[in-house]
Amino acid sequence: MHTNLESSLPTGPENAPIDQQYQHKTPFQLAYQRFLKNKLAVVSVFVLLAIVIVCISAPLLTSQDPIETDVFNIEKSPTDEHILGTNGQGQDNFARLLYGGRISLIVGFSAMFFTLVIGVLLGSIAGYYGGKVDSIIMRGADIMLMLPFLVLVLTIMAVIDKVTIGLFVTIIALTSWPNLTRIIRATYLSLREQEFVLGARAIGASDVRIIFKHFIPNAIGPIIVNATLMMATYIIVESGLSFIGFGIPQPTPTWGNMISEAQNIRILRDHPEAWIPPGLAILITVLSINFIGDGLRDAFNPKSNRR
Amino acid sequence: MAIEQEQLAKQKFEKKQSNEIIMQANQIKKYFPIKGGIFKHTVGHIKAVDDISLSIIKGETLGLVGESGSGKSTLGRVLLRLLEPTEGEVLFEGTDISHLNNRKLRKYRKDMQIVFQDPFASLNSKMSVGELIEEPLLVQTSATKSERKQKSIELLEKVGLRANDRAKYPHEFSGGQRQRISIARALALNPKFIICDEPVSALDVSIQAQVLNLMADLQEEFNLTYLFIAHDLSVVKHISDRVAVMYLGRIAELAPKKLLYSNPLHPYTKALLSSVPSTNVREKREKIKLSGDLPSPANPPSGCAFRTRCPMVHDRCGTERPELNEVENGHYVACHLFD
Repeated sequence: MHTNLESSLPTGPENAPIDQQYQHKTPFQLAYQRFLKNKLAVVSVFVLLAIVIVCISAPLLTSQDPIETDVFNIEKSPTDEHILGTNGQGQDNFARLLYGGRISLIVGFSAMFFTLVIGVLLGSIAGYYGGKVDSIIMRGADIMLMLPFLVLVLTIMAVIDKVTIGLFVTIIALTSWPNLTRIIRATYLSLREQEFVLGARAIGASDVRIIFKHFIPNAIGPIIVNATLMMATYIIVESGLSFIGFGIPQPTPTWGNMISEAQNIRILRDHPEAWIPPGLAILITVLSINFIGDGLRDAFNPKSNRR
Repeated sequence: MAIEQEQLAKQKFEKKQSNEIIMQANQIKKYFPIKGGIFKHTVGHIKAVDDISLSIIKGETLGLVGESGSGKSTLGRVLLRLLEPTEGEVLFEGTDISHLNNRKLRKYRKDMQIVFQDPFASLNSKMSVGELIEEPLLVQTSATKSERKQKSIELLEKVGLRANDRAKYPHEFSGGQRQRISIARALALNPKFIICDEPVSALDVSIQAQVLNLMADLQEEFNLTYLFIAHDLSVVKHISDRVAVMYLGRIAELAPKKLLYSNPLHPYTKALLSSVPSTNVREKREKIKLSGDLPSPANPPSGCAFRTRCPMVHDRCGTERPELNEVENGHYVACHLFD
C-alpha cells in the first residue's frame, strides 16, 4: 500500500512507470463521455443491440423455417405453432420477421460500409489533391446526384433479372456515394489549410500518412455520424424497394418484403399481426439508429447547439 | 574564469563569422493567382514575395520583420518548399531544393524544420504528445519504438516539459507549453535550420520571454540556424544577429542587428523603429507617422513599393525599382536615397 502511494507521486521524469499510471483522456474518450450523457442515444444503443441479438439468435427463438411453404396453412391467424400466423404462401410470419431482420440489417450495414469505403476514398483524393482530380471526381458526383435515385435504381433492378443481396448492396453503394464524398471533401478542404498539415509535410510525411494519420482522425466525426444516418436510410430504401417489388426478391424474407405481402385489403383488415410487427421493427430500428447518429454528432462536435 | 568566458564568447563570435551559407534564396518570387470571371481564369496575381535574394549564414539568427501581409510567412514557406516558388531557386547547403521531386526532397526535410505561429492549430489534436514528437522519427528514421520513446522523453525534458507528458493530448496544455511541444517536434530530427514563423506572437508577454530564451539556449546547444519571422521589433532585437525588414514582398533593409537599430537607413525602417515605445521617459524621439495602408500586393506601386507612404519620396522612386545595395559593411538597403 505504502509503496503504491509513493510510486504514484510525481517524483521526477526518471520515474519510468509514471506515464502508465496517469490516465489521460484521449479526444475519443472525451467524445465517448459526452455520448454517455445523451440518454436517448444510450437507450437507442441498447434497443438496437437487442434487435440485433434477437435477429442473430433467430434459430433459438423459433423452430419454424422462414422459407418453407405450407399450402394447407395459408393466411392463418396466430396459433401456438405460428405466433404471428402465416402469409399467403403459408410461411411462418414470426420466423420471417426474425430472419428478415437479419437481411434488412445486413443490407443496411453493408451498403453503408461500401458507400463509406467509396466515399472516403474518393472524398480523400478529391479533397487532398484538389485541382484536376478534384474536378473530375466532383463532376462525377454531380452527375450521379443529378440522376433521380429511385428511377435509376428501378431501371437497374428491372434490367437485372436475378437480384441477390450482394448485387443489391453494390447497386445502392454505387448510386449513393456522392453525398458522403462531398461531405468528406469539404471537411478536407478546411483541414488542408490547417498548420498541422503543413507541419506534417514539413517533416516529409507521405501523402498516404497525411491522409490516414492527420485527415481521417480529424474528419472522423462527420464520417461516423453520416455513416450511421446512412445505415438508417438504407434500411428504409431496402424496405421501400421491396415494398414495390424491386428489392430483394421473394422468397428471401426481409421486413420490406413482409410489408409488401400486405398489399391487399383483406390482409390489411383481417391480419394486422402480419404487417404491424415488421413495420414496427423498421420504425424502431431506424429511429434508434437516427438517435444514435444525433448523439454521435453532439459527442464529436461539442460546440454544436443542443436544442 | 572571466578569461574563459571571454574566450567562449570569442569562439562563438568566430563561429558566426565563418560565413558558411546554409540557405540561399536567389530571386525568389511567389505569385498567387487571383481567379475570376465565369471560367475562373487568372485575372491577376498577388505578389506575396517579389524578387527576394537572401543568404542565411550557418549558426546565425536572421530576424525577418514586416507588417501583416508583407510576405514574411510566404517567404518562409517557400524556403522550406511548403509552397512552390513561382520563380527563383533556393539553395540549401549548396543544393538546389526548389526543383527536387518530393522523394528526393524528403532527405532534406530532415535538416530544416518549422515552428508555427498558432500553437492551437499547429498540433494535430488527435495525436498524443508522444506521437507528435515521435512522428518525425517514424517518418524519417528507422528508429525502433523504444528508441523513439527514449528520444521523445529526452526532447520533452530539453524543452522544459516532463516525461509523463508524453501520454497527454494537446488540449491539456497551455499555449506556451504547446509551443514547447512544437519546438520539441521540430528538434526531433536534429535539424540544422529552423524557421520560426512568429512562434511567440500568440503568447503572453511573460511566456514569450521564456520561449525565446529556450530557443536561444537550444540554438547554442544544437548549433542551430534560425530564420526568425516576427512583426514585433523588440522580440527580433532580443534574439537576432541580423535583421531583414520586409515591405510588400520585398526586402527594404538588411543589416546586422546593432547597425539596424542604431542607424536605420530606409525610411520605412526608421518609421518602424520610431514606433517602438521607449522605456526611457526622458528620451525625446520624433515619431514618424506613416499615412495610409499597405498597398495591395495584387497591384503594387511602380518603382519603389514604399513610395506611396514614404516621407522622402522623389521623382525617381516612381520609375525605377531600387536594388538592395550594400552601403556599408553588411548593411544592405533598397532605397534610391543611398544609391
